[in-house]
Amino acid sequence: MEIFGIPLQAMLSQLLLGLVNGSFYAMLSLGLAVIFGLLNVINFAHGAFYMMGAFFAWMGLTYFGLNYWVMLVVAPLLVGMIGMVMEKTMLRWLYKLDHLYGLLLTFGITLMLEGLFRSFYGVSGQPYSVPDVLAGATDLGFMVLPNYRAWVVVASLAACFATWFVIEKTKLGAYLRAGTENPKLVEAFGINVPLMVTLTYGFGVALAAFAGVLAAPVIQVSPLMGSNLIITVFAVVVIGGMGSILGAILTGLGLGIVEGLTRVFYPELSATVVFIAMAIVLMFRPAGLFGKQK
Amino acid sequence: MKTPSRKKSPPRKPQTTALAFAVATACTLGMLPSASAQLSNDTIKIGFLTDMSSVFSDIDGQGGAEAIRMAIADFGGTVLGKKIELLAADHQNKPDIAASKAREWFDQQGVDMLIGGTNSGTALAVSKAALEKKRLYIVIGAGTSSLTNDQCSPYTIHYAYDTVALAKGTGAAVVKQGGKSWYFMTADYAFGAALEADTATVVKANGGTVVGAVKHPLASSDFSSFMLQAQGSKAQILGLANAGGDTINAIKAANEFGVTKTMKLAGLLMFINDVHSLTLNLTKGMYLTDSWYWDQNEETRKWSRRYFEKMKKMPSSLQAADYSATLQYLNSVKAVGSDDADKVLAYMKKTKFNDMYAKNNTLRGDGSMIHDMYLMQVKQPNESKYPWDYYKIVQTIPGEQAFTAKADSKCAAWK
Repeated sequence: MEIFGIPLQAMLSQLLLGLVNGSFYAMLSLGLAVIFGLLNVINFAHGAFYMMGAFFAWMGLTYFGLNYWVMLVVAPLLVGMIGMVMEKTMLRWLYKLDHLYGLLLTFGITLMLEGLFRSFYGVSGQPYSVPDVLAGATDLGFMVLPNYRAWVVVASLAACFATWFVIEKTKLGAYLRAGTENPKLVEAFGINVPLMVTLTYGFGVALAAFAGVLAAPVIQVSPLMGSNLIITVFAVVVIGGMGSILGAILTGLGLGIVEGLTRVFYPELSATVVFIAMAIVLMFRPAGLFGKQK
Repeated sequence: MKTPSRKKSPPRKPQTTALAFAVATACTLGMLPSASAQLSNDTIKIGFLTDMSSVFSDIDGQGGAEAIRMAIADFGGTVLGKKIELLAADHQNKPDIAASKAREWFDQQGVDMLIGGTNSGTALAVSKAALEKKRLYIVIGAGTSSLTNDQCSPYTIHYAYDTVALAKGTGAAVVKQGGKSWYFMTADYAFGAALEADTATVVKANGGTVVGAVKHPLASSDFSSFMLQAQGSKAQILGLANAGGDTINAIKAANEFGVTKTMKLAGLLMFINDVHSLTLNLTKGMYLTDSWYWDQNEETRKWSRRYFEKMKKMPSSLQAADYSATLQYLNSVKAVGSDDADKVLAYMKKTKFNDMYAKNNTLRGDGSMIHDMYLMQVKQPNESKYPWDYYKIVQTIPGEQAFTAKADSKCAAWK
């Protein structure tokens, strides 16, 4: 059976690979959406934190002999803490100013972090191999899928679902959402809103680092890996609707698939297709697919 | 939206100072010691324009600048009683930045000779600026054979390698080893297209076939989808007509998806830094063509160890060529007794060059530096005995065969 001249098998395998990439988009755009939704900050440093997650994984293994599984927990915690320090010392002075200031600050931080890693490690990147348990591949009938890629999908979907659940369905999430709507009132109930905001930023950043650790065995750990991805991820957030949690997740996965299919039909366009989708969505739904018109 | 409340006004002053300080530090990190802006006729100025911060900065970049500094120091720091100075800048892979920087250097800084680093687009743009100002331009890092063919210039020298030499080296060797059917994975820009076309010509001329190709956008991080397409082609050889990070991520994906079990990879432009970064496990057995290898002989080893002392990594062929080109230029200036570009060029055209990089190299009418190229194979992990012991030299390709033949050249200056 063929679809538009492409055998069904090839089509299915490309769909699956698109889903794998979509998982990365989903995780990264989710972090961005959480931060924007609750802090109103356009966190341009997200790509740099993703890169740091991958680098910390590599450093843990190289300098301290800590394996992948340990670093999958430790790296996001460390990066999250760095993020919280940044929020406490720099970002919080910008909340009452225009979005642009936050964007500029985080963009500057990105340049500094990337430059720092580049001057120490160069751009060719560091090798990081797939953990032994997940090495090898499984024959799915229509394609041979490396086990590690399957793990990426599972891990990121779990992370996305957990985040969505906490923010939308729990009491803590309710406080968070209320805190962004009316911080004064929520504080009057005895809730420490600034602390909540700091933790939220730390969490969003940790999510980026988590994605970075997941990506380390798949692509070369390089200082440039974040900036290669961040623009696409921003497009995903815009398409999903700024600040929409569910929108970020679904759009991330969906665009991964769209991109995957483009790689089969017209590979030259694959780097651009996300932006075409963004243009089309903005024409008909300026607030994004899942965003609410304010 | 209102922001979380906070106590009093924040202590802004230390914040801003700290930030400013941090920004200044970051800027300094990326910057090179640039020469004083003072204009003087009492110096020989060498300019060096390359990618200092992006995808190609490991194969040339700061290491290239260091190699040039080593050459200046080895020469004694002065020529004809004049001080030798180096100006270096990052062209950020943008042809417009490269060309305007070159013009500024020629006009305002009085740069006598410009060394061109990586990126073919910038090299073609600077070549035109150098022709306009009648100054010498020695291209090292850029690969496109157009620099000495349809867009050749009497003031441009292509010193280290070009896409034709790479194709003739790796393409021919792999077909002769039995790799008859090829599938190309090509970076979707001028360099990738040139490399694919040049290699396809060589493959066909040697009796091979090209069964297909896929073009991927520059700086793709995920190659899995392209790998499946390559796998579906049933070709024997996967030719990687890309460079830097794209080649690295492609090889990584090829291993992950088991493409390396059914196809052999041919990296059409690979440098030792790529192999070092990927490790021998992922690159073992690959063929590649290069103009120089640090572990070639006693002379190259000696120089490379000196370089290693400074940069903590072994030099690529480009960095070695940066050193050689600087040294040979200074030798020529000294021999001629002038820094006039025409006089220096006339001298260079009748000279044979020899140093730790060059072996009886000659400068041809189209600007190509004619020298031997080497076909190398990446060692198996158990064959590698010490750090950076990565290549076996399989074959020496004589310079006369390696580069564009006169019959195939469209260079007007060489007719």
